[in-house]
Amino acid sequence: MNQMIISAATEGAEPTNPLIPNVWEMGVVLAGFAVLFYIVVKFVVPMFEKTFAERAEAIEGGIAKAEKAQAEASAALEEYKQQLTDARAEANRIREEARAEGAQILADLKEKAAAESARITAHAHAQIESERQAAVVSLRSEVGTLATTLASRIVGESLSDDARAARVVDRFLADLENQNAGAAK
Amino acid sequence: MHLPAILPWGVADGFSKQMLLVILSVVIIATFFLLAARKQQLVPGKLQFAGEAAYGFVRNSIAKDIIGGKDFMKYVPLLFSLFFFILVNNIYGAIPVVQLPSFSHVGGAYVLAGIVYFTWIAIGVKKNGLKYFKLATVPSGVPVYILPIVIPIEIISNFLVRPVTHSLRLFATMLAGHLIVMIAGSGIEYLVMQENILLKGTSVLVLAGAIAMYMLEALIMALQAYVFTLLTAIYIEGALHADSH
Repeated sequence: MNQMIISAATEGAEPTNPLIPNVWEMGVVLAGFAVLFYIVVKFVVPMFEKTFAERAEAIEGGIAKAEKAQAEASAALEEYKQQLTDARAEANRIREEARAEGAQILADLKEKAAAESARITAHAHAQIESERQAAVVSLRSEVGTLATTLASRIVGESLSDDARAARVVDRFLADLENQNAGAAK
Repeated sequence: MHLPAILPWGVADGFSKQMLLVILSVVIIATFFLLAARKQQLVPGKLQFAGEAAYGFVRNSIAKDIIGGKDFMKYVPLLFSLFFFILVNNIYGAIPVVQLPSFSHVGGAYVLAGIVYFTWIAIGVKKNGLKYFKLATVPSGVPVYILPIVIPIEIISNFLVRPVTHSLRLFATMLAGHLIVMIAGSGIEYLVMQENILLKGTSVLVLAGAIAMYMLEALIMALQAYVFTLLTAIYIEGALHADSH
């Protein structure tokens, strides 16, 4: 078998130098490589480079977008914090104001009540005084009348006897009391 | 050395299996990357992810890291085409039945190294003018009396040896790998055919060795594609920045 291979390989072929090229093979390699090079230059490299560029852009764009979103978020957070602080200060201020106002209102009411009570007291005093005056006036006139009546009775009886005079006065006063009691009924 | 042609059958200089594989490699690479790049989405699917990883490897790990700066994008298509053209054509050697790395035929390696050779010289001349040849051959900071020795060395190493090593490195590793796997295969066959049972048994050892060599060759196939592309990037970088070397 191997004898056959060796004889087949050597048969009819003069010994060739492996460094001497076959011109047709060179031509095929040259043409083949030229075609491949053309395809690579024209299609393969531009297509891959386009994708690479797009991908790089997409990644960088995404990073930029994320950074922008983060900046926006932190700005919003800052704003909310600021607003919260403002709101707290506002609330404190309003509370203080309300407290001051309440105190003011209380003081006003107290003052007003004091004035009112003073006014009522003064009014009562005045009324009592006037009633007293009226009583004094009517008493005066009545006392005059009574005195006159009593005097006439005393004079009508006899005024020489002290005991009698005392009796007359007592009877007069009792009559007067009865009169008063009857009036009271 | 060369297999007989497929079409017309048996003629030494006709259309060979190697040529078919080279053309097939162009179809495979173009189809894969056009499919991977066709529906481009910001969040890639599996195919697109694989395509992007492969493209990104050449773009970033080779072109950007070696050439750098703002200029590297101009050379990505060349490096990308070279890497995958060589990679697929090398991997053929690891695929059963196909089993033929295209660059085990020296012609292809000459063509690619030649393209790279003229490319970096053109880049150097375009960037620095004709002064580039002086920059590339007269190293700065070397004492004058050493220059007569250094300049011929630089000329030989940069302009004569470089394309030769560049092409032969690829060709020789592929041919050697191809030969080793083939020899191991024939060796196993030879031993299995032996009458002596003990001698027959030793074929297992050869098989184990062949599998190990096969793995090593697969690694070298990928590695040589990388090395070839990396050297191309280094040559281009050297031509671009000849004045600072």
